[in-house]
Amino acid sequence: MYPTDRRYSKEHEWIRVDDRVGVIGITDFAQDQLGDIVFVELPEEGKAVRAGDVLGTIESVKAVSEIFSPVSGRVSAANSELDLRPELLNADPHGEGWYCKIELDDPEQLDRLMDAGGYEEFAQQGS
Amino acid sequence: MQSTEAKRTPMYAAHLAAGARMVAFAGWQMPVQYRGVIEEHTAVRTRVGLFDVSHMGEVRVRGRQALDCLQHLTCNDVARLRPGRAQYTALTTVDGCFVDDILVYRLDETDYLAVINAANATKDVDWIRQHAGAFDAEVVDESDRWCQLAVQGPAAAATVAELSAAPLEPIRYYGFVRTELAGERVILSRTGYTGEDGFEIYADWSAGDRLWRAVLDAGAVHGILPVGLAARDTLRLEAKMALYGNEIDDTTTVYEADLGWIVKLDKGEFIGRRALVDQRASGLRRKLVGFELGGRAIARNGFTVLAGDEPVGRVTSGTFAPHLRKSIGLAYVPIERTEIGSELSIDVRGRRETAKVVATPFYKRQ
Repeated sequence: MYPTDRRYSKEHEWIRVDDRVGVIGITDFAQDQLGDIVFVELPEEGKAVRAGDVLGTIESVKAVSEIFSPVSGRVSAANSELDLRPELLNADPHGEGWYCKIELDDPEQLDRLMDAGGYEEFAQQGS
Repeated sequence: MQSTEAKRTPMYAAHLAAGARMVAFAGWQMPVQYRGVIEEHTAVRTRVGLFDVSHMGEVRVRGRQALDCLQHLTCNDVARLRPGRAQYTALTTVDGCFVDDILVYRLDETDYLAVINAANATKDVDWIRQHAGAFDAEVVDESDRWCQLAVQGPAAAATVAELSAAPLEPIRYYGFVRTELAGERVILSRTGYTGEDGFEIYADWSAGDRLWRAVLDAGAVHGILPVGLAARDTLRLEAKMALYGNEIDDTTTVYEADLGWIVKLDKGEFIGRRALVDQRASGLRRKLVGFELGGRAIARNGFTVLAGDEPVGRVTSGTFAPHLRKSIGLAYVPIERTEIGSELSIDVRGRRETAKVVATPFYKRQ
């Protein structure tokens, strides 16, 4: 059910790496938990982050959730489509609802993250 | 442990079967959403929605001095009610603040039903009993006896008409009848907490599940959806209706809460009358206003409101209004800042978001 071309964090983010650039988003489990998303705060391009730093926030009608960077690096792009259509995060969290892109400092950090099978089990446990 | 388990309404099984996400609220297991807040909110604004509000409390006040008792306890004029009419009012403290906001139904000459918030049920019953002692009236907590449903939206009347033995057209806003719905005896009132046309239905607890299913069946052709507490909150906020604990509590006066229309000083003595008279004479220092944010960031309960760099108030409720598609909220601000168009800012997790005072209700049905 979860795409196998990427890795997953315990905070319910995914990262799909191409060369040294990682595309980051939230998982289907996360968007379902959040409910209808109405506002997305995106990181600024050029922002340097360490693994675990807050990239931005996602607001649903009832709650706000922080998005943590699964890796260290520099933000190279943010999905500005989410400014206009935050509901994309609910509709297509693994595709068009991607959140931002990061140039990785250290690709070996990916080894610390879960694969699709591991995440599926993790999410089912209700974390 | 048994004592800490949340109570269940008669529709609990139906909610689970419908895929509701449940939450413990005021000691009850309640549905927070089924399909999603925005979809449910939209259903109520454009078609019809069904709410389980059986967690609300009910207090029966009956007897020779039932009217006098309720007049003493509330700020609105209960004497204006004929049997078959209800009114929105407040149980007031000696400071003119809120014990609770309630509805009072006049069932008969000396027979009244007060409908109270779930979160305040125990407190309200104790308060009413405490102050009823001086009157020839009996006070009975009937919360376990009545279940409650609300049917709200432009197609609510069409839905309820299918099931009602009594015709609906003669029932005016805040009027009610005692009739049968799908064969169940009910109190059917034209009231609600959404800003739409609609009905609240009170029935025997045991009839709850049957009525729930009957209304969903009758409403199917109109596109009815069951609606949870999350959308109940966004709907009432768009309609600028107060929520106890947010806009109103025992530190906010009825005037400050912009509910002066339920205060009838000339009806006679009531708890808090002196404080409200004094406040009206000296003038308000702060008042509840509605605001809109410039962007889509959401103001939440407790966020600081600023005028320039100066903190001047607090947000009581805020949301992204699904129907209006704007970020809105309510806040107490100093009286000199309450003019429509007054510019403020809200501290949203460290960021200053511009806001301006707007007229309320944010939404008014056609």
